[in-house]
Amino acid sequence: MTDRFISIEGIARRYPATGGGVTTVFEDLWFSMAKGEFACIIGHSGCGKTTVLNILAGLDAPDDGAVIVDGRAIDGPSLDRAVIFQGHSLLPWRTALGNVAYAVAARHRDWPKAKVTDHALRFIEKVGLKGSEHKKPSELSGGMKQRVGIARALSIEPKIMLMDEPFSALDALTRGTLQDEVRRICLETGQTGFMITHDVDEAIYLADRIVLMTNGPQAMIAEIVENPLPRDRQRTEMHHHPDFYAVRNHLIDFLVARSKTFRDGVPADHDRRRPPVVRPVAGPSPVAGARKVA
Amino acid sequence: MAVSLNLRAMLLSVLIFAAFVAVWHLATQSGAGGAAANIDPEYAKLMGQQVTQGKSPMPGPLDVAQTIWGHLKDPFYNKGPNDKGLGIQLAFSLARVLTGYLLAVLVAVPLGFLIGLSPLMSKALDPFIQVLKPISPLAWMPLALYTIKDSSVSAVFVIFICSVWPMLLNTAFGVSAVRREWVNVARTLEVGPLKRAFTIILPAAAPTILTGMRISIGIAWLVIVAAEMLVGGTGIGYFVWNEWNNLSITNVIVAITVIGVMGMLLDQTLARLQRAVTYPD
Repeated sequence: MTDRFISIEGIARRYPATGGGVTTVFEDLWFSMAKGEFACIIGHSGCGKTTVLNILAGLDAPDDGAVIVDGRAIDGPSLDRAVIFQGHSLLPWRTALGNVAYAVAARHRDWPKAKVTDHALRFIEKVGLKGSEHKKPSELSGGMKQRVGIARALSIEPKIMLMDEPFSALDALTRGTLQDEVRRICLETGQTGFMITHDVDEAIYLADRIVLMTNGPQAMIAEIVENPLPRDRQRTEMHHHPDFYAVRNHLIDFLVARSKTFRDGVPADHDRRRPPVVRPVAGPSPVAGARKVA
Repeated sequence: MAVSLNLRAMLLSVLIFAAFVAVWHLATQSGAGGAAANIDPEYAKLMGQQVTQGKSPMPGPLDVAQTIWGHLKDPFYNKGPNDKGLGIQLAFSLARVLTGYLLAVLVAVPLGFLIGLSPLMSKALDPFIQVLKPISPLAWMPLALYTIKDSSVSAVFVIFICSVWPMLLNTAFGVSAVRREWVNVARTLEVGPLKRAFTIILPAAAPTILTGMRISIGIAWLVIVAAEMLVGGTGIGYFVWNEWNNLSITNVIVAITVIGVMGMLLDQTLARLQRAVTYPD
């Protein structure tokens, strides 16, 4: 059961096209995640990544198919699934603590105020913002705002964290520290994570598995890449790992070329329910080192 | 030049005021020296000594200052229906404005929420608002007098009807412009629609709502003077008209000053409230 903690089963999303007809953003998408796993989804803009995440969050509904979390089909937003939005999306009229406390109070409606504050402070501390808890978002830097967003998501102790390019608006240095933070917290707490990203290195550092989506419309999952890097990888060291460039090149090749052409020559044995799993490792020639494992 | 901008601005303000008072004083002094002879005798009878003694009928700043001082010393005297202290008249006007205004808040803010949240209601009510909004509030007066049959309540109604539109439109706009992501944050936290309205939409739209309320109080204060001139009896607007009938230009000028100062105080109060709910983004 735990290896299908989250199961996306044949979801599709369609919009009425301008001038009649329908545009299918994606259809027949299948993917499942185990508890404690971290998955990244990469693909070009317009392939429906954010829609997939919104469906997982319950903010959007699929036109076909269903998403099952912990044995139950989702039918709306839930405190079990926390979202870290692309913009920090903090409430500007509340302090950092107020923002986290808002989430805590929503989770534990019967808690007294002091307990809510204590709990919120614990998570503010966890993301390294102790001392800034009484500042308004406008007084915080971009990285600090996103930390508050992470603290808010963590504070409700969700079954899964959904992240929509959470670090894309930050500078490289801040992004790196926050990636470390997220990885540390997820490993410590066994948090299940699902993240959209454009950043290939971010995906390799954070994800156990990386979902490759072809270009939209009618996007599909081309394949799922298993991360060959060891679990105790370090962000600053991982590019020395022999397999690093094999994965990296595989992902970049996909984004540059195959994401466009994949649909024109879908292999006959391509099963949308079980997209091929690939584990790129360093071989005699690094780029050709991709090896199918399933 | 270490003098701050504020101080320099204040000095300049005082200078402008002094110049204005000086010109006013000179203009009224040199008014009609010795022109008493060729004045219409009927007019002279009406204006009394002001004209017959060659004094300008226009009061000078000193007369006005003296009258203001007189009113300030005893603002709440009551010597019958046509002679009440300025404080009493002002209190009547304020009571009417605040009653009509608060009623308008009670109607406009919830209705604005509904319009802002529901595209259907927004479209359905739009034609009514578009037609009702440009109607001069005083045009409602006959209808109000006929149906309500009470002049004081009619004045309150006129205040209500003129305050309602800016608040309604601003609330609707503020509510509809609340950022989607804030609402989504609340949705993912399973915050119900009613609680969402109070904890997300209200604080997010508050600055826009307060802007509407500030515009409304300004309009209400403009309209009350005209409304009270029509309905009569009490209030600062009636006072102005009564003093015009008494041909006391001095008191008219005093009333104009008081109306201006009171309007400023009302506006400043709302401005302070607006600052209190504004959040930096």
